[in-house]
Amino acid sequence: MAAMQRYSIFSLLRGALSGHRDWQPAWRAPEPKSSYDVVIVGGGGHGLAAAYYLARNHGITNVAVLERGWIGGGNTGRNTTIVRSNYLLPENQRFYEHSLKLWEGLSRDLNYNVMFSPRGVINVFHTDAQRDYWIRRHNGMRYAGIDAELLTRADLARLVPALDLSPGIRHPIVGGVIQPRGGVARHDAVAWGYARAADALGVDIIQDCEVTGIDVEAGRVTGLQTSRGPIGAGRVGLAVAGHSSRLAEMAGIRLPIETHLLTATVSEPVKPFMDKVVSVAAAHVYVSQTDKGEVLIGGTLDGYNSWSQRGSPARLEDILSAACEYFPRISRLRQLRHWAGVMDMSMDGSPIIAKLPVEGLAMTGGWCYGGFKATPASGWCLAWTLANDAPHALNAPFSLERFRTGAVLDENGAGPVAWGH
Amino acid sequence: MLLIPCPFCGDRDETEFAYGGEAGNERPADPGAATDEAWTDYLCFHDNPKGPHRELWFHRDGCRRWLTVERDTWTHELRSARLSRP
Repeated sequence: MAAMQRYSIFSLLRGALSGHRDWQPAWRAPEPKSSYDVVIVGGGGHGLAAAYYLARNHGITNVAVLERGWIGGGNTGRNTTIVRSNYLLPENQRFYEHSLKLWEGLSRDLNYNVMFSPRGVINVFHTDAQRDYWIRRHNGMRYAGIDAELLTRADLARLVPALDLSPGIRHPIVGGVIQPRGGVARHDAVAWGYARAADALGVDIIQDCEVTGIDVEAGRVTGLQTSRGPIGAGRVGLAVAGHSSRLAEMAGIRLPIETHLLTATVSEPVKPFMDKVVSVAAAHVYVSQTDKGEVLIGGTLDGYNSWSQRGSPARLEDILSAACEYFPRISRLRQLRHWAGVMDMSMDGSPIIAKLPVEGLAMTGGWCYGGFKATPASGWCLAWTLANDAPHALNAPFSLERFRTGAVLDENGAGPVAWGH
Repeated sequence: MLLIPCPFCGDRDETEFAYGGEAGNERPADPGAATDEAWTDYLCFHDNPKGPHRELWFHRDGCRRWLTVERDTWTHELRSARLSRP
């Protein structure tokens, strides 16, 4: 295997001087071997991160990542790219803060620019009760050593001039909170960067390879049936959020997860006018401007089980009308495209990163609509769990058993309603 | 957009309805007597098929009746809808 071509100003200059004809592919396209020590199902950010950390942190390099489509073509390419760790529950704080710290060093770590932009994530609120809630949540963060600040309307006017702070709108904004270290990253680059770095450590990335069955013998996983033939595996990690139920079912496991749709949309690109991520409590809509200048708007669930990847026009209208209410200047922008990702909605709104009740099988999933920011820590924890056959302290709370023991992590207090989180 | 064939009101837009989740997931009649296992199954472990799904919808802005609807979660084909209780 050739050594990874490192990217730097010098490699760029060399590329320019040679007419950009000698760039290596970022990762190989190997034929699958007959078996691996560990097989990761799902070549999105989470699965590729798991493979990378297995190789880098645990020295396990006889690893394959199986991807049904192509790298960056699944849910990794359908999210709204927001990175934050603004949680109230200590288990969530520890996990997401670990993830944010990995984000902060990720471009250097991977030698790949993931365009992490810690521009600040703002939540605005409209009532005294919401204000109390957000202050409590952000005080909780400060106790845990996570950055968090309260914003007045004057602060908001200074930080986000595009935001309509007038008292005449339906739900006027009374204030906000910010996590300054939160921000956005380039979602495709995260997958590509992890893929390239994992490949350089010897991981086989196998695209166009759909898993159709999980072989279990005497309660232990032994391999996978795939569209490219059977592949033996000592251990298997599932990283297929959106489709976790289906993969787990192949091993005879039922999960506390329902699949729902979340719609997002982007406008045509315009000149920079907003350098923060803003989430509006009244409407569950969040708005940011991408590096390309598009206004990226994420919304809330359609509200019923669906795998269709087609959002409801009614929900799209809700999202766009809310965005236009709070950002009037975007009202005449044309929308370039909209889409709906399939979400693993877990019954308490928190993920499952755990061993499953088949020996050698573990998963990361149940990400609801918060999986992108978790990508580094999700992969880190799945790698640990597979390497040690036991969860790390960071992901031990995100077990499958918690739904039976009652130790659920219900950040919003919504109860066991999949579409309520 | 779903057009749900309410047996009482006719084909109506999904925005008139509230979703009630999986049909046939009955609350244990005597919660005190239910095992932890049965109670957890009722609360948390539901069918999540990629295909035909029996589910509850409440016609909130219409006849205000609960419907049992069979819908395909992959194609969104609505196969049947009947009143959950006559």
